[in-house]
Amino acid sequence: MNSLIQYTLRIADSSLILGQRMSQWCSNGPTLEEDIAMSNIALDLFGQANGFYEYAAQLDGSRSADELAFKRNEREFFNHQLSEQENGNFGTTTVRNFLHDAFNFLFYTELASSKDETLAALSAKSLKEVKYHLRHSSNWLIRLGDGTQESNMKVQESLNFLWQYTGELFEMDEIDNEMLDEGAGVDNNKLRKGWDEIINSTIEKAKLTRPVDGYMANGSKKGIHTEHLGFLLAEMQFLPRAYPDAKW
Amino acid sequence: MKEEHFQKQIDTEQKIEPKDWMPEQYRKHLIRQISQHAHSEVIGMQPEGNWITRAPSLRAKMILLAKVQDEAGHGLYLYSACETLGISREKLVQQLHDEKAKYSSIFNYPTLTWADMGAIGWLVDGAAIINQVSLQRTSYGPYSRAMIKICKEESFHQRQGYEIMAEMAKGTPEQKTMAQDALNRFWWPSIMMFGPQDSESPRTGNAMKWKIKRQTNDELRQSFIDKTVGQAEIIGLKIPDPDLKWNEERKHYDFGEMDWEEFWNVVNGNGPCNKQRLAHHKKAHDEGEWVRNAAQEYAKKQESATN
Ligand SMILES: [Fe+2]
Ligand SMILES: [Fe+2]
Repeated sequence: MNSLIQYTLRIADSSLILGQRMSQWCSNGPTLEEDIAMSNIALDLFGQANGFYEYAAQLDGSRSADELAFKRNEREFFNHQLSEQENGNFGTTTVRNFLHDAFNFLFYTELASSKDETLAALSAKSLKEVKYHLRHSSNWLIRLGDGTQESNMKVQESLNFLWQYTGELFEMDEIDNEMLDEGAGVDNNKLRKGWDEIINSTIEKAKLTRPVDGYMANGSKKGIHTEHLGFLLAEMQFLPRAYPDAKW
Repeated sequence: MKEEHFQKQIDTEQKIEPKDWMPEQYRKHLIRQISQHAHSEVIGMQPEGNWITRAPSLRAKMILLAKVQDEAGHGLYLYSACETLGISREKLVQQLHDEKAKYSSIFNYPTLTWADMGAIGWLVDGAAIINQVSLQRTSYGPYSRAMIKICKEESFHQRQGYEIMAEMAKGTPEQKTMAQDALNRFWWPSIMMFGPQDSESPRTGNAMKWKIKRQTNDELRQSFIDKTVGQAEIIGLKIPDPDLKWNEERKHYDFGEMDWEEFWNVVNGNGPCNKQRLAHHKKAHDEGEWVRNAAQEYAKKQESATN
């Protein structure tokens, strides 16, 4: 598969999978206002996923955006493992999204000046939304971290657990390098510094402690995932797979 | 004197506003009706929420999620309208959990297939619109204004639901079966959404005099049925009522007997999902408690830091 398609799919997959997770909050939020905010974020993410899938489909020529989303198996998905992590409690979701949003914010900022015009345009559009997502998740992280003792403990625990999924955000493989050489992709290594700044300053405001780097998961660029993704896809893809001839 | 002035305001179609004097019974009636309406919007998120993660296309997923999100927004408007009557949202939610406040019984039916997303949008939102359009003219200002806002979105929902049904009705044989089955299951509960027949409805009297309600249950039900029969025909689905037929004299459809025993059973807590819906709402509420506490505590700290 050509590198541009693969690169585009990775972005789309992370948006879709995180969107799917956020949509699971619908009717389960801690307040009605927050329920609405989380649906908003899910909708933004689905919109982003759709944009990138449309582009991948156009490049691919043989599969539609929906087929890319609903007809690929676990090993053919390339989303960050961070994005597929379960919602857990509201604090777990906050931490997961915060770590991801901070990365996405920097990533889209860079990709918005890609030589590939479509990627650039899709990124510029996504960036506006991701800025809001980052503000939302940072504000909640601070509120929960500096809220009660209970909330502080809860988010610290989530942060400690999810930290292992942050390493692969910055990895570069041959596809990333090829895209970078062509001026179309992002140097993920370079995002590390900005990410550290956002993470450290927010964690400090939240009165939390940055976890020490330990085991770091990786492999999503090759379709290696945690055990959660299979269930998520089984649920999400059930209808188009059970009724392959149906149009909806 | 006050009472006369109040009734004059009503009779001359001036809206009653929160600061106006109103009879205690009027206030009570409104709190009951608006909170029931708000709870319905919020509990109504569950049956459709059940299919968000399984929506069959990206577009369908976004439409459904946006729809359910709208319902949450309707809940918010309505809780706010209710709060203008001097009761807190917290207390209203407590009444829901204590089973002192009700919500629309339609949401106590399970959603079993994707076609149910069509049936709910088409029929349930369709029925809600009939009721809510009528309530745009209700006498209490904040309620009336909430209805005006909400109605615009409801008509979207109704169209989107109908579109799902239409698509499935012309789809594969399996899809058509699902669509017909969804209509069969949701038809009777939908027409019972308008409540008991006028002859059985004890509260209609004052509600009409005070113009909280502008049309009776039976009038609203009839206009829903008249509107919906043709829509079913167009997409080739059959409304599950053998007695349904056009009455040239009345210029309305006649329809069969509703199962009021089932209706009252579901109203009184004995429906297929009553316990689940309430348990779901309580669980989300309980699990959110530490979050709400943290936010409150944080806000307090911020306040004392700036003082
Ligand atoms: Fe609604
Ligand atoms: Fe609606």
